[in-house]
Amino acid sequence: MGFEGIGASVRRKEDQRFLNGKGNYTDDINRPGQTYASIKRSDRPHAKILSIDISAAKAAPGVLAVFTGADLDAEEIGGLPCGWQIHNKDGSPMAEPKHPVLAVGKVRHVGDPIAVVIAETRQQAKDAAELLVIDLEDLPAVAGVRDAIAPGATAVHDDAPGNICYDWHLGDKAMVDAAFASAHKVVRLDLLNNRLIPNAMEPRAAIGDFDVNSGDYTLYTTSQNPHVIRLLMGAFVLHIPENKLRVVAPDVGGGFGSKIYHYAEEAIVTWASAKVRRPIKWTAERTESFMSDAHGRDHDSTAEMAIDAEGHFLALRVNTLCNMGAYLSTFAPAVPTYLYATLLAGVYKTPAIYVEVKAVFTNTVPVDAYRGAGRPEATFLVERLVDAVAKDTGIDKIELRRKNFIPSDAFPYQTPVALQYDSGDYTATLNSALKAADYAGFEARRQTAAAKGKLRGIGISTYLEACGIAPSAVVGSLGARAGLYEVANIRVHPTGSVTVFTGTHSHGQGHETTLAQLVCEQLGVPMSQVEVVHGDTAKIPFGMGTYGSRSLAVGGTAMVKAMDKIIAKGKKIAAHLMEAAVEDIEFKDNVFSVAGTDKTKTLTDISLAAYVPHNYPIEELEPGLDETAFYDPKNFTFPGGCHIAEVEIDPETGVTTVINFSAVDDVGRVVNPMIVEGQIQGGVAQGIGQALLEAAIYDKEGQLLSGSMMDYTMPRADNLPNISVGTETTLCTHNPLGVKGCGEVGAIGSPPAVINALVDALKEYGVRHINMPATPQKIWSLIQAGKPALAAE
Amino acid sequence: MPQVTLTVNGKQHTATVEGRTLLVELLRETLGMTGTHVGCDTSQCGACVVHVDGKSVKSCTMLALQAEGASVVTIEGLAAADGTLHPMQEMFREHHALQCGFCTPGMVMSAIDLVNTHPQGITEQEIREGLEGNLCRCTGYHNIVKAIVAAWPLMHGKVAAE
Repeated sequence: MGFEGIGASVRRKEDQRFLNGKGNYTDDINRPGQTYASIKRSDRPHAKILSIDISAAKAAPGVLAVFTGADLDAEEIGGLPCGWQIHNKDGSPMAEPKHPVLAVGKVRHVGDPIAVVIAETRQQAKDAAELLVIDLEDLPAVAGVRDAIAPGATAVHDDAPGNICYDWHLGDKAMVDAAFASAHKVVRLDLLNNRLIPNAMEPRAAIGDFDVNSGDYTLYTTSQNPHVIRLLMGAFVLHIPENKLRVVAPDVGGGFGSKIYHYAEEAIVTWASAKVRRPIKWTAERTESFMSDAHGRDHDSTAEMAIDAEGHFLALRVNTLCNMGAYLSTFAPAVPTYLYATLLAGVYKTPAIYVEVKAVFTNTVPVDAYRGAGRPEATFLVERLVDAVAKDTGIDKIELRRKNFIPSDAFPYQTPVALQYDSGDYTATLNSALKAADYAGFEARRQTAAAKGKLRGIGISTYLEACGIAPSAVVGSLGARAGLYEVANIRVHPTGSVTVFTGTHSHGQGHETTLAQLVCEQLGVPMSQVEVVHGDTAKIPFGMGTYGSRSLAVGGTAMVKAMDKIIAKGKKIAAHLMEAAVEDIEFKDNVFSVAGTDKTKTLTDISLAAYVPHNYPIEELEPGLDETAFYDPKNFTFPGGCHIAEVEIDPETGVTTVINFSAVDDVGRVVNPMIVEGQIQGGVAQGIGQALLEAAIYDKEGQLLSGSMMDYTMPRADNLPNISVGTETTLCTHNPLGVKGCGEVGAIGSPPAVINALVDALKEYGVRHINMPATPQKIWSLIQAGKPALAAE
Repeated sequence: MPQVTLTVNGKQHTATVEGRTLLVELLRETLGMTGTHVGCDTSQCGACVVHVDGKSVKSCTMLALQAEGASVVTIEGLAAADGTLHPMQEMFREHHALQCGFCTPGMVMSAIDLVNTHPQGITEQEIREGLEGNLCRCTGYHNIVKAIVAAWPLMHGKVAAE
């Protein structure tokens, strides 16, 4: 056994089962007597439901039941709840129309569920669903935000006038207006942030299992946060108390945000399993995922920077329209507000910022957090705008950034948009990335490429994000309807082995390894004797789950706090056994010792005494060695860094190749460097996907055109470069591990680096901005349009 | 309903299936071998790749009845009886070529076929092009490519010709 504590690239414990095909994903689970659900969805973007004839479906072979929205309404089943309430500029609450589990009266997007068929086999359920006769009367539909807010646009909901969900703002408008009025120059950019479809490789699935004898419900589901699902579905939708509802999120094949939310299918199979008195399994086909998993991004923004004669940023003004889709998904309202607008300072000391955000309902799939959630949108806007300032003023893009960086001695740093950054060193990550990318050698490489008829460009993004979410009181005051602490239970067994019960959830992050390393570090127990348990409300005390790069910063800290309690109790037991004062007991590397003596007891001696308390301070101490901690973070954490993309364009075809990608990130203390590198590479791949390939496309009437993997361009192995990852560390100052989080930085920092590189490559063609994705057709068209300008020079 | 007889990981099975039953449905639902995954419905993702008579095949694109008499190897059949991993599995672990694990079975089966069909050596670019039919959303492929590069000499018992 080598070193397994903090800083070791320990190979992952979970890989053994995944590599042998022994993972336990939801669709791999089969319950005795299991039936299957098929969901009939709307193929129309907006329509009145005139009638639903279920008779033929109900009579089909193998069918047990058919349910529609009317059946749910009859039992007063609630709508799918939204977990965050934003208030308008005037203080009034946002529009929050009901999100029915199955559509009632109207369908509002392609994919809106209308009915469910439950049958003995998957095929029988699918066949019968085809026999449903649903009479829809089309209504005019809106897909884009600008169409939705145009006068006279069709109303997605009667109780959301003008299709506005909320009209919100942040920052000091008067101060910003004054700065703009006296500015040397104003640089403006209009930007779109493309709508994305998360596409975790495992499609969503759910099994509802009602126990007739006990009255207990169990839901197996592809979730990033089973306790949150239990709370939302139990309390607000199905009215089942926690003691009667168990939610299990077993191995989950990727989430990226899309598996945070409480989805209709979870409620349908849970509720219906009590009706048919059999377990019911539903598994999404990929086409269903495209039209029912929450989408990401979809912003339409105008950004303006006021600068002085030397290029100092004086003020930033932003106006954003964001697409909520047809209904409010669980955390949707928070994404374009508290996870976006608050990030607009970036890594710069811009003294005044004012941002207005209008959230808009459309006839599209609901939009919610997708890897990065708001921070990629903010970063793309800021880092594109900074490059535009460089272009318009002629100041070198790196010098401009250095000139405006928050200096490394300015922390803690209060931004004008609510956040207080605790630590960072943006010059260090920039310098390190410039070196990794051989920035100094770029001009020579550009020349070499030019000699071969290729256009090379290099792009930089110096970014910051806020994660480790989040302090409960702070988010509560901002509209969150939940606390965002985390929970850990550390159970030291009689012979000194340890089981960790964590409220976080691993769906690719490698928690079974990383979290075990924390136990190795703090308690000195070898990895082989540490087990991490997650994803089951029957086993874990409570938990808020995994998203917002929070598992280590919040969940890991809860573990540290619980282990502190283990050590404190262990010291009392050790003091009793070694007849010493508690204050004289020290603990290190699995051993309790009496200071200044050679008396020692191992953790196993102590745990054995705790469970076999024959010689034990029983009057003052309970037996057992099992401690739980709830940890509520003091602040967000603020990872950041510098991403540099080097691209080459073939001007004949418009095809872009990413030649090199260098990321240098400050994610705080690194527990497992191998896993951190993998997380960042994966995030960068999604960022390059957003920049070059991916887009959810709706036609003007709300039909989803990119509705399959044949139509939506997923990044493939030959679309991507090798991704060089480095770290420069400043420690988070408010958690004991000093960790910041690494899950999303790749997807946040990378898109503007790629687009900045493309704009750089095309500078001779008069290109100032390119909206994502920069497809070959778009690049080729820009080259054609720019040729006359080039010829004129 | 018709019957199909095939060998899976060395063991013969006979099953009654519908004409429309896919090979992957036979494996997962009839034989209970859930290591092979379904990630899409358009034969794009490759999570369902198995070996049929030694060649990698997307088992969502083949009817169960078409496997009559065939020898199928799935991810469950790769490791030796004593648990020793196949070199490709071992290199995936060593190089952290998997995160959520969902694409992994298909990715490993494709990777083995890719190395088998390149006995003279394989470049990174050939690996990337050879993985076109397998999607991974977690890793960005970087470590998968590294794992396959590392597995080639182990599988061929030699260092690649320069």
